[in-house]
Amino acid sequence: MKNTTLQDSSRRAFLKDGALLMGGLVISFYMPVKGGRAFAAEAQPKAVFPPNAFIRIAADNSITIVVNKSEMGQGVYTSLPMLVAEELEADWSSIRIESAPVAAVYNHTGFGMQLTGGSSSVPSSWEQLRRVGASGRIMLIRAAAGQWGVPESECHAENSQVIHARSGKRLSYGELADAAAKLPLPDSVELKSPKDFKLIGKPVKRIDTPVKINGSAQFGLDVYLPGMLTVLIARSPVFGGKVKRYDATEAAKLPGVQGIYQVPSGIAVAASGFWPAKTARDLLEIEWDEGPGAALSTPKMRMEYLELAKQPGTVARKDGNTEQGFKEAHKSVSAEYEVPYLAHATMEPLNVVVDLTPDHCTIWTGTQAQTMDRGMAAATAGLKPEQVEIHTMYLGGGFGRRANPRSDFVQEAVQVAKVIGKPIKVVWAREDDMRGGYYRPMWADHIEVGIAKDGRPVAWKHTIVGQSITADTMFESFMIKNGIDATSVEGASTLPYMIPNLQVELHSTRNVVPVQWWRSVGHSHTAFVVETMIDELAHLAGKDPVAYRLDILPAASRYRGALKLAAEKSGWGKRKLPAGHAYGVAVHQSFESYVAEIAEVSLENGKIKVHRVVAAVDCGMVVNPDGVQQQVEGAIVYGLSAALHGAITLENGRVMQSNFDSYAPLRYSEMPQVDVHIVASNERPTGIGEPGTPPIAPAVANAVFALTGKRLRRMPFDQETLA
Amino acid sequence: MISFNLNGKATKVDVDPGTPLLWVLRDHLHLTGTKYGCGISQCGACTVHLDGKAIRSCVTPVSTANGKHVTTIEGLAETTLGKAVQAAWLEVDVPQCGYCQSGQIMSATALLKENPHPSESQISAAMDGNLCRCGTYNRIRSAIQKASEQLGAAK
Repeated sequence: MKNTTLQDSSRRAFLKDGALLMGGLVISFYMPVKGGRAFAAEAQPKAVFPPNAFIRIAADNSITIVVNKSEMGQGVYTSLPMLVAEELEADWSSIRIESAPVAAVYNHTGFGMQLTGGSSSVPSSWEQLRRVGASGRIMLIRAAAGQWGVPESECHAENSQVIHARSGKRLSYGELADAAAKLPLPDSVELKSPKDFKLIGKPVKRIDTPVKINGSAQFGLDVYLPGMLTVLIARSPVFGGKVKRYDATEAAKLPGVQGIYQVPSGIAVAASGFWPAKTARDLLEIEWDEGPGAALSTPKMRMEYLELAKQPGTVARKDGNTEQGFKEAHKSVSAEYEVPYLAHATMEPLNVVVDLTPDHCTIWTGTQAQTMDRGMAAATAGLKPEQVEIHTMYLGGGFGRRANPRSDFVQEAVQVAKVIGKPIKVVWAREDDMRGGYYRPMWADHIEVGIAKDGRPVAWKHTIVGQSITADTMFESFMIKNGIDATSVEGASTLPYMIPNLQVELHSTRNVVPVQWWRSVGHSHTAFVVETMIDELAHLAGKDPVAYRLDILPAASRYRGALKLAAEKSGWGKRKLPAGHAYGVAVHQSFESYVAEIAEVSLENGKIKVHRVVAAVDCGMVVNPDGVQQQVEGAIVYGLSAALHGAITLENGRVMQSNFDSYAPLRYSEMPQVDVHIVASNERPTGIGEPGTPPIAPAVANAVFALTGKRLRRMPFDQETLA
Repeated sequence: MISFNLNGKATKVDVDPGTPLLWVLRDHLHLTGTKYGCGISQCGACTVHLDGKAIRSCVTPVSTANGKHVTTIEGLAETTLGKAVQAAWLEVDVPQCGYCQSGQIMSATALLKENPHPSESQISAAMDGNLCRCGTYNRIRSAIQKASEQLGAAK
């Protein structure tokens, strides 16, 4: 906590960035985080300049914080500046934000590359950005003390001013910025004690709200360059298919169409705008060489997966001896579970603007993965990474889709730009986005549990079947150990309950359907499976589902605090619910945060109606409680959409869904009341973007059981059988 | 040539009359606050006002707007009602990713224009066509109710 590692080049940059700054203070440094996972070869970022700073202070006292994480709704443009401003003693109203360019100095402290994901923005920046702020404060104080000829120890900073209390002198940060910029970075900084926090822990309004209510926020789709053409692409209807032959005669006749080109991913239509491009694209006649993907159909895949789930797989976790445990058990219960492929369905469909010249490539897009995208763009364009510039726009939703390990949408756009030779904007129509793959994998699970006379589980065998999302990507060597992709089994292999004999096994399937992380990744299916089974055990034991969980959770477990708080706030076991309503509960840990959710459910015309969700979250210390509330509300909506409606299915390799009519997100009228409660904690901050998603499906399924006696073991829930 | 009044200004465009208004606003006039989400009137991200009524511009041919008044999110602050809705949105801190919010605000404003004091079920009926993947629905309700209260108090 004491010493900051500084690099010489950033010291120099700090002193010499005047041209960029028009005078003022710039602070940047890289602090390695011990124990962080390094994903890229470039694990030790080198400072690059210009620009390489996190803070810029201008003469007018405005303070610009350069944010190195992508804003996709999760609030990093507010929470990360709060970390800097807290230690900088900055006037919050003077804070501006700017999205970081691609440079190693902006790498994620744990991943070793610029990446927004894994619910890790606040956890990974918690120390780094507070140190950035504290260094700035020390330098500004030093500059003021120097001008006044007083000891630094007699000065303090407050509200963007340095104050010498004894003499009553004060100078604003804007007045001090130039002098401070000439000082060396401090060798060590001391961070505030949490009890002295002024901003952290208080609800703060989002910095990005004003631009998002008047239409001025710029998303990738909003970028227009002079002479730019809009491109829509006809991609294979079957994953892995290739163009055999095509006829563009009719499409080419449409006014506004500028050219039709074969590109690696299909046939690209370039036009003066979206409408002519899409109209012409839909007129193309293409014969595809569909390849083996055409054999894939969901009903057949489901049967294969369920069969595999009964076969021994690769062992992901083994405690005790399950065979022996089942022999000694009083009775046993088993069940199979299924969840489908899911599209991220961000409200903003994928899009990329590329301006490619012989020695430079400029990209405007909403991405969560700048370093990977830059590398792939450079390789595709035949340039060096330094010749590729990425402008990270506001993301109209990410949920994992915009952090593609193959940089699929960026690579494709650069391929198209190479062919067309003009500035282009590749737009994915909603149908293209929905059918474009990189789905949450489809999964099948089988669980068998041996139960003791007192109702406690003594043997638990869980077998998981589905595709690995990191296989054949740069993440494989970090995530796959001994044949187990950690993201396939997380939430199952980390089952917290005290069960003496426990085994988790995995079958990693392979096929041509591209898969990817989707808000909460593996937890999006494992929480549903394990938490509905635990509920089943509680009912078999004739015990209250909350009390049963508390009985089999270890004494010091943080699951307990979340579970107890949710139970207390919902009036679990005490509150009299309206006739025809029932509560269901689930608790789950993901991204190091613990979330319990209690859903109040009824049936309306045979359909599941979720009236209210009470959530309790333990995510360590909270930076912005309002942000935590937003994220948990959002995570619940995302999970409910999947539980009630979401499914991507295949017939002869073709995706059967194409738009929001066939793939229905939760609508306004289906929205439950959501109450979010935070477990008070002094632990370091942990994730919050995703952990609210996993518990909602099992909480609702468990409530439906309490209401109807029917177990829901497939998502989306089959509501036809409930009436 | 198609002429309409756009956010208070006379506007003429020379485009295929079948082009959806959405793409005329975005690709021809570079008013990018109105968003593309689905293209089939399922998500509401493209909502604008045509003579004061909320319409889905992604399925409305530009010819429909000929001789009429079109208001987009960029022109909303011209009216007291629009300003009040935006102020309520700011106060409640509704947006997350923000992509659907122009459409949400345009739908909410059209609702309040017609019905200054909507009940919860009236709000639900009016807003059900506007999707949000980030889960801002409850804050949208709060903001609409707040705007409604403020407008009532101002009278």
